[in-house]
Amino acid sequence: MPAPPPIAVERLVKIYRTVPAVGGISFTLKPGSITALLGGNGAGKTTTIATIMGLVTPTSGKVTVLGAEMPRQRYRVLHRMNFESPYVEVPMRLTVRQNMKVFGKLYGVDDLRARIEQLGRELNLTDLLDRPTGKLSSGQKTRVALAKALVNNPDVLLLDEPTASLDPDTADWVRGHLERYCRERHATVLLASHNMVEVERLCERVIIMKRGRIEDDDTPAKLLARYGRRTLEEVFLDVVRSSGVESEAAQ
Amino acid sequence: MSAQDIAFSPRRVGAMMLRYWYLLRSSWPRLLDLVYWPTVQMLTWGFLQYYIANNAGFFARAGGTFIGAVLLWDILFRGQLGFSMSFLEEMWSRNIGNLMMSPLRPFEFVAALMVMSVVRLSIGAVPVTLLAIAFFGFNLYALGLALVAFFFNLMLTSWAVGIFVSGLILRNGMGAENFAWSIMFLFMPLTCVYYPVTTLPAWLQPVAWALPPTYVFEGMRELLIHKVFRGDLMLDALGFNALFFAAGVVAFLALLRSARRNGSLMQTGE
Repeated sequence: MPAPPPIAVERLVKIYRTVPAVGGISFTLKPGSITALLGGNGAGKTTTIATIMGLVTPTSGKVTVLGAEMPRQRYRVLHRMNFESPYVEVPMRLTVRQNMKVFGKLYGVDDLRARIEQLGRELNLTDLLDRPTGKLSSGQKTRVALAKALVNNPDVLLLDEPTASLDPDTADWVRGHLERYCRERHATVLLASHNMVEVERLCERVIIMKRGRIEDDDTPAKLLARYGRRTLEEVFLDVVRSSGVESEAAQ
Repeated sequence: MSAQDIAFSPRRVGAMMLRYWYLLRSSWPRLLDLVYWPTVQMLTWGFLQYYIANNAGFFARAGGTFIGAVLLWDILFRGQLGFSMSFLEEMWSRNIGNLMMSPLRPFEFVAALMVMSVVRLSIGAVPVTLLAIAFFGFNLYALGLALVAFFFNLMLTSWAVGIFVSGLILRNGMGAENFAWSIMFLFMPLTCVYYPVTTLPAWLQPVAWALPPTYVFEGMRELLIHKVFRGDLMLDALGFNALFFAAGVVAFLALLRSARRNGSLMQTGE
């Protein structure tokens, strides 16, 4: 029997009371792939990612992660997933090591001490491990959030603006780390970002959402060719502005 | 509900307790706060009782009922607050999304909050009970096994209320935070902390008897005034507590499901 896809979204609809957020989208991600989920504010990206994480129940349709239906069967797979998002933070009063210890135990990580040391080396956090997280710079906090997202060596990783607030050098270094991680672990990544340079560098596939629907879905090269543009940013603007300014109020 | 939903991991519960312990250890204002109000309250009521006892025959005979009531009320109030404060720390630190997306089960989360409420209560209450001995010669521990029954019943009620309030906050965001601070005060007049149930109007007495702490405070007065331990009252309290606790858990799970439906877990602000 073939392994189930890391993430499969089938005719997903989410309506908050009377407000539609996602209007019947479908996509499947390949194992080991890095896919970008793009869209303007209110396009439905966050709701889609939150549904994949099991934080939101779909109004209709189905979302499966590693074969488990979300959120109903989430405990079958949550230990194999992780995420980073600007909507959440790791506790600021705890030191980086304490946070890693707590999350490592929650995710059932074996040999946690060694894993924390390894993440410290890989994410350049060794000297910061015993400092309170709240005392770090925003770039350092982003690396801590990434360390938390990688603590359990996830097979599926959901990233929302992973390099926001990082200087260009650190952001480039983080992208390199993510690329290496995915290649070595054969992990699947779904990435929401407004940084088109990041998307072009990391992603082999781009899904563009608008008003809760998928407007386009292809490789960066094919999207550039189809829209006759030189950068993904231009493609993104073409899609978002194609029929007037996107109405956030409508979302 | 599948077996995986109710699988219980002491390791994950330990991880959450570790998280709260790190937090308490790192913040002296949090530790001081645990002791400050119970001490102020005990001293205020203790001196009042001391004054009345010297001026009225009945109160002279009813030695310790005020201080006893204050200390037991504090177990009820601080028990719920200890539970809710640990939960609120997750909301204030915007960490709830991390927890809800981790393998931590709701039952494990609740178990960690229950244990931490006992830890927080102990940090606050033990010094205060020692002060009660020093200032007023009132030894709460002299109640012996009765104290165990009082404590257990009051903690069960405080957990049931704490679980319900946590569900309200998960579902409605920080707009519902005030319930965590105020809901227990609804119990204060109805559970007859400082006076017998017969003081209430007849129509209100059945309401009082439907609340588990009422049995504890009546039991405390029976013990201190008439020197009789009423095991029947403790069993009644236990029965009502079982209902309260089950209702709290059912409400929490329903509110959590509702929070998943309306997206509240992503928006844990106001």
